[in-house]
Amino acid sequence: MSADTLVQVEGVSRYYGEHRAVDQLGFNVRRGEILGFLGPNGAGKTTTMQILCGVLAASSGSVSNAGPDIVDESFRAKRHLVYLPERPPLYRESLVDEYLYYCAALRRLPRARQGQAVASAKQRCGLGDAGGRLIGNLSKGYQQRVGIAQAIIHSPDVVILDEPTAGLDPNQIVEIRELIGELGGDHSVILSTHILPEVQSTCERVLIIHDGRLVLDETLDSLQNNAALNSVSVALRHPPAPEELQGLDGVREVVSLDPCRFRLHYRRDADTPTAVARAAVERDWGLYELVPQADSLEETFLRLTSGAPAQAARPA
Amino acid sequence: MMIIRIAMYELRRLFASPLAWLLLATIQFLAAMFFYVLLSRYLGAAQSHGDHGLTETVAAGTLQITGIIVLLITPFLTMRLFSDEQRSGTINLLFSSPVSVTELVLGKYLGVTLLLFMALVMVALMPLSLLPGTPLDLGLLAAGLLGLALLMLCFAAIGLFISTLTAQPVTAASATFAALFLLWVIHIAGSSAHGALAGVFAWLSLLRHFNALLRGVVSSVDVAYFLLLGSAFLLLSIWRLDAMRTHHW
Repeated sequence: MSADTLVQVEGVSRYYGEHRAVDQLGFNVRRGEILGFLGPNGAGKTTTMQILCGVLAASSGSVSNAGPDIVDESFRAKRHLVYLPERPPLYRESLVDEYLYYCAALRRLPRARQGQAVASAKQRCGLGDAGGRLIGNLSKGYQQRVGIAQAIIHSPDVVILDEPTAGLDPNQIVEIRELIGELGGDHSVILSTHILPEVQSTCERVLIIHDGRLVLDETLDSLQNNAALNSVSVALRHPPAPEELQGLDGVREVVSLDPCRFRLHYRRDADTPTAVARAAVERDWGLYELVPQADSLEETFLRLTSGAPAQAARPA
Repeated sequence: MMIIRIAMYELRRLFASPLAWLLLATIQFLAAMFFYVLLSRYLGAAQSHGDHGLTETVAAGTLQITGIIVLLITPFLTMRLFSDEQRSGTINLLFSSPVSVTELVLGKYLGVTLLLFMALVMVALMPLSLLPGTPLDLGLLAAGLLGLALLMLCFAAIGLFISTLTAQPVTAASATFAALFLLWVIHIAGSSAHGALAGVFAWLSLLRHFNALLRGVVSSVDVAYFLLLGSAFLLLSIWRLDAMRTHHW
């Protein structure tokens, strides 16, 4: 294991009775990276994360955490790594400060350092003046912040966040995403979500899991570059026959979305959007929408997780 | 000390909700009512009592009633211990922290028994308030208080174990009540059975061992009964929580 690898997962499987929730999972988490962990609902994301942080034990396989195995040396391992479930584990009847001090004690921070740890966690999560408030009375966004604050209180190496923006309003989502981005510098972050733009805006590397198997482990950059085709979506008031669109420069495939709307997949080296615009003017198609589709992640996700049985991932 | 830290947080959360105050008040109110009734009955018929003393009738009587009240109240205190944690997901915080299951169980147990002991002290003050006016058999009173304390330790351990079994606090409370009540009255089954079985049922009954202590008889058998029962359920709780992490169901 290289010095940069903080968590190494090898051949981890977990069964619930007969049901296989996670099957032979293997990947690494490197220092300081933000890792997007994607998958449809029920793919095994939460189970994997619970195994990573020691809430669940794996049926087989091993999780090593910059050294110690999570089961054998769980005390030492657990201080390096922290898990924030989708519903943050908050005691509604506690005050924010009371709760954060308790979390600091649970993580075995020495009493002398607890005050400073609580203060800096609150400051980083924008909870400066909320210390004396009852957790149950906070808004959902603030509760999420308290959840993240308790997670980073003992400065763990790895923070695992399970759908941290679920149920928040758009402003809160932006704030929480910014907070996650800031965490990236000092901690490695594993971000589980099924919101693809979230991954695109915050993560550097992405894992896709489907039916308990890892089907993709790649950096976002190489994912963008490796996409075979670009695509553009076109809306026309007087649409021509699809064959006519097919004949434009570089077009490989035309998908008819509705009578007026098409998606064109074209070769990466061709300048199809310009060709479409020029043709639309010359032949009076009534072009009113021309949107480049930069969602290679979404396409990859759909291709890998819809229908067909999962296949093993290519190495990153 | 992790166990004490967990116990203190548990207590503080209990007192942050109205539940703890309400239950303490209920115990105190009911015990005081029975204390008053027993005392006035004793005063009214002081001559006819003969060899029965004040401590034996009023103090022991109050403690016995308190035992029943505690039986009714404990399920509401213990139901939250682990059921609530499972339901609200806070169990994840505990499991993912570098804290052993034993520390968790003992910490929570200590928290809830401290609350029960507060009730014990409050109830003990009532017979002790007679002390300026009349001599009391302090040895007898001490034995009775020991009995009540052991009873509380035992009830709390059973309630704690049952709260690890379900994520529904109400289910935990009803099951705890059923279990405690069964242990309380199981000597009735003993009186109708025959031979060795009758002895087993009678020995299992909480009431029998509690009554012996209330009579002032501190025998190691009775004390051992409570301690064994209590530690057995604590051990079961630890096993059960460990299994929640490792078993594959």
